[in-house]
Parts: sequence; C-alpha cells; structure tokens
Amino acid sequence: MNLEAVRAIYRFEMARTFRTLLQSIVSPVISTALYFVVFGAAIGSRIEQVEGVSYGAFIVPGLIMLSVIVQSVNNASFGIYFPKFIGTIYELLSAPASFLEITAGYVLAAATKSLAIGLIILATSFLFVDVTIAHPFAMIAFLVLTCLSFSLFGFIIGIWAQNFEQLQLVPLLVITPLIFLGGSFYSISMLPEIWQTITLFNPVVYLVSGFRWAFFGMADVSIGLSLLAILGFTALCLVTIWWIFRTGWRIRS
Amino acid sequence: MDDIVTVSGLGKRFASGFTALRSVDLSIRRGEILALLGPNGAGKTTLISSICGLTTPTSGEIRVGGHDVVHDYRKARALVGLVPQEINLEPFEKVINTVRFSRGLFGKPRNDAYIDEVLRKLSLSDKRESKVIELSGGMKRRVLIAKALSHEPRVLFLDEPTAGVDVELRKDMWRVVRALKDDGVTVILTTHYIEEAEEMADRIAVINDGEILLVEEKAALMRRMGQKQMIIELQEDVTEVPPALAGYDLHRNDDGDLVYTYDAKADRTGITRLLSDVAAAGLTLRDLQTRQSSLEDIFVGLVGKDPA
Repeated sequence: MNLEAVRAIYRFEMARTFRTLLQSIVSPVISTALYFVVFGAAIGSRIEQVEGVSYGAFIVPGLIMLSVIVQSVNNASFGIYFPKFIGTIYELLSAPASFLEITAGYVLAAATKSLAIGLIILATSFLFVDVTIAHPFAMIAFLVLTCLSFSLFGFIIGIWAQNFEQLQLVPLLVITPLIFLGGSFYSISMLPEIWQTITLFNPVVYLVSGFRWAFFGMADVSIGLSLLAILGFTALCLVTIWWIFRTGWRIRS
Repeated sequence: MDDIVTVSGLGKRFASGFTALRSVDLSIRRGEILALLGPNGAGKTTLISSICGLTTPTSGEIRVGGHDVVHDYRKARALVGLVPQEINLEPFEKVINTVRFSRGLFGKPRNDAYIDEVLRKLSLSDKRESKVIELSGGMKRRVLIAKALSHEPRVLFLDEPTAGVDVELRKDMWRVVRALKDDGVTVILTTHYIEEAEEMADRIAVINDGEILLVEEKAALMRRMGQKQMIIELQEDVTEVPPALAGYDLHRNDDGDLVYTYDAKADRTGITRLLSDVAAAGLTLRDLQTRQSSLEDIFVGLVGKDPA
C-alpha cells in the first residue's frame, strides 16, 4: 500500500483549498447565510412549525446537505479534472500507486473540505435559529458518509468530463434539482400523494431524511433505509471508479 | 552487459485504429544514455509512454529492473522517472511543493536534504519558493526534471527535452543529462535532432513508423552518418567510370553523373586530387555539389523509402 501517495495527493489538494480559501470556504457560508435570511427569517416567519420544529430550524439539515453535496461534487470533480486539463495527470498514471490510493487522496481531500464547510454552516445556523441535535454521532456519521459518497461521485464526473462545460453540467442539471426536490426545504409529507411516491425515487430524499432524523428524531423514510441508500450509492461509485482505472477509460490511452 | 529495461514484441494500436507501434524489441543497458531517434509521429512517445504506464500496450511485454510493468507495476514504476514533452505543471504551486508532491506520489518518505540537492544540481535552489507560473520556460523544464528525479529513479525518460529550447538551454540540458549519467542513472532521451543524439548518446536507436530500425553504438553510426557524397556533373557523357579514375570510390548515378563517396571527417578527403585527375583525364566539369548523408539517408537505406 502506497500511503505516501495518498498523503501527497491529500496534502497537495488541501494546499489548493488554502490557496483559494475565500472561494472555498467563505462563499458557501455567505450563500447559506442568505438562505437563512430569505427562507428562515423572511418566508419562515409566515410558515407554521413543520412537525413540531420551527421552519427556520427545520431547513438547517437540508441546507447543510445542499452545500455539502454540491461542494463534494465540485471539489472532487475539479480535483481530478484539473490535472487532466493541464496535463499533470501523467504523473499520477506513471506513479506506483493503485486506483484506490489515487482515489483516496483526491476523495479524502474533497470530503475534508466539504465536511469543514458543512460544520461551518452548522455553526453559522446557530447564529440564526435555535437548533438542537438529537443524535450528534449519527449526525456526524451521516455528514461524513455524504461527503465521502458525493466526493466519489464528483471524482467520476471529473474523469468523465472532457471540458469545463461538461464539468458543470451534471452538478447543474442533475445534482441541484435532486437536492431541491429532495425535501431539503420541506417534508415530503407536505406533498400530494402522487408526488410523495415519485419523490421516493430521488436518492437525496433518503440522505436529507436520515440527516434530519439525526437532528430532530423525525424522518420521512426509515433511518435504516436512509443508511442503506447512502451505503449503496457509495458502493456504486466505488465499483464505477474501480472499472475506470481497470479499463483506463478517459484517462489512459 | 545487464539490461535495465527490456521491451519485447511491444505493439500498440489505438482505439482509432492507428497503429503506433508494431512489435518493438529493445534492450536498454544499465547506466547508458540511449537516444531514441526518429521523425515526428514515429512512435517515440508511445514507446516511452508504454514503458512508463501512460499507455496500455496492445501486445508484448516490458520489464524494468526485471519487473513486469503491468503485473508488478509498483516495483517497475518506482525505478522510473519521466520528463514529458509538454510543460505540464500545476501553475500556482511552489516549486518545492510540487517536487515534494512527486516524491510522495512515488511512495518515498519526505527527504528535504535530497530534494535540496536535486534543486541545487538543476540550478533551481533560488527558485524553490517561487510559484511555477513565475518561472521562465527553461526553468519550468528544469522543474519537470526535478520532479522526475525526486524519487531517486534508476531510469530517466526525457521526451524531447530540448524541443523548442534555445541553444544555451539545450547545452545546459545536455550538461544535466551527463551529470545524471555520472550518478549512474540510465537515461533514455527521444529526439528528432541528429546533433542531439550525436552529442549525448552512448547508443542510438532509430525508430520509424512504429518499428525500431536499428540500435547501434553511436560511434559506429556516426561513421556512417559522417559520410559525404560529391556529385560531379560532367560536360561529356560517360557510360562508366573512366579507367583513369578507377582508384577512387566512384560510381555513376542514373543521371550520368559521377558520385564520389568520402569521409568528411578524415584528414584527407581526396577531393583535390580527384578533381585534378578528372581534369587530367580530359573531362570538363559542369557542376559540383556535395551532400551530407543524413538521418533520412539512413532511413532510405534501411527501409527503402523516404520517411514521410
């Protein structure tokens, strides 16, 4: 096992994060603060409690998920796309490192960054609303798993993308709609019945629901199902990445 | 002599259908400088990409230090450093960090003393804290070499190290390569400049159209390359080499001209004597031209067609 390679990639990627600290950390925090102001304070004041939780607090898990998922995908996809774009990928391909080690380096770095952002947003939310966390360990576990699985997903996007447009395409056209329609800002029980059924095909529903359970002890779907969904998604991403490296798809001629 | 890299039956056909390599066999000796010489598109880069793991070969086997590059890729790749043709560097990172990164990537623990030594040898010491983007083209090339050397490889591949580089820097690069050889590193450099191969290499491999045409000691090859031809056009039609000139290495070409082959590097080329003998034989010169036998001539000699 070439752990030095994992460490080298991780460090190099984290250095990039620190070089672009403002863009990396500050901008998601500001945009989240805006969500709190708009949804929490302005609109939220007109909405009754949702299942016993004030609307402002209710959207906290969804907001964190929104940022964490988008950030994980963006960080990891850019992390591996950039070496492809500038040509430094030759070094990764010629190194005595396995797919697992290279992926681990990039994905851990991307997940670390989005985890930090998630925690910062959580801390920010305390300034705006009164949030309690019923199951803190489960909350952290869900957060970490989400960061990891969507960083894996982003890594795949970064390898797949052949230009900057494609790099933006999946987050924009797939991820963002899934998150917004995944119950980030509402409980799916608020939807008409037919939409409740359709929504169950959205994997993000399970994540947000599980995460919300960790905060408030209530969920749209069972916590076991949420856990299964996220583990299944992680496994799917891992298998895809293993296949990519085995065949050299889009990275090795 | 023992070989550090052996390539046998290597073939590469790209998905597009283009065949870049056809059954290449090549042995690279430990400690030598081998120049891989060939025109653009000959397969030089594909060959070294296959050895370094950037390209998956269609057929054949490659061993580095006895380790198969596919099945035992960790051990094989740990021995190899690659300096790519393009300047592929993370622009916003500091020189020292990008070199340290390479070392880590190849599984070596951090060793600042060694890295500092590499930077010093490449005259990069005062640039160690500079960002890559701030460096000149030549300096960037040195950073690429520093990265390739960061993990103490035993074999270094330099893909067109002096393409598009000015004369001063080229000479500089040659000095660096010689110093590496002195340190016991095996160096393989690809080039399409004959002078570069002449200047640097112990042995020269000529590749064209995906095939190795020859691998020869430089000295022997240069003797062949050093030959010149003088074409003597005469006013008179001659059907054969006149008997008075039989003592010279002369033949008659298709245009009816006399062709004299001589060693341009010899003390005496015999040209003066030949020309006075031509006059003494009663022949009149119309024109004279000389030409150096070149890489192209060797290609023509080897494959019977022009390298296109």
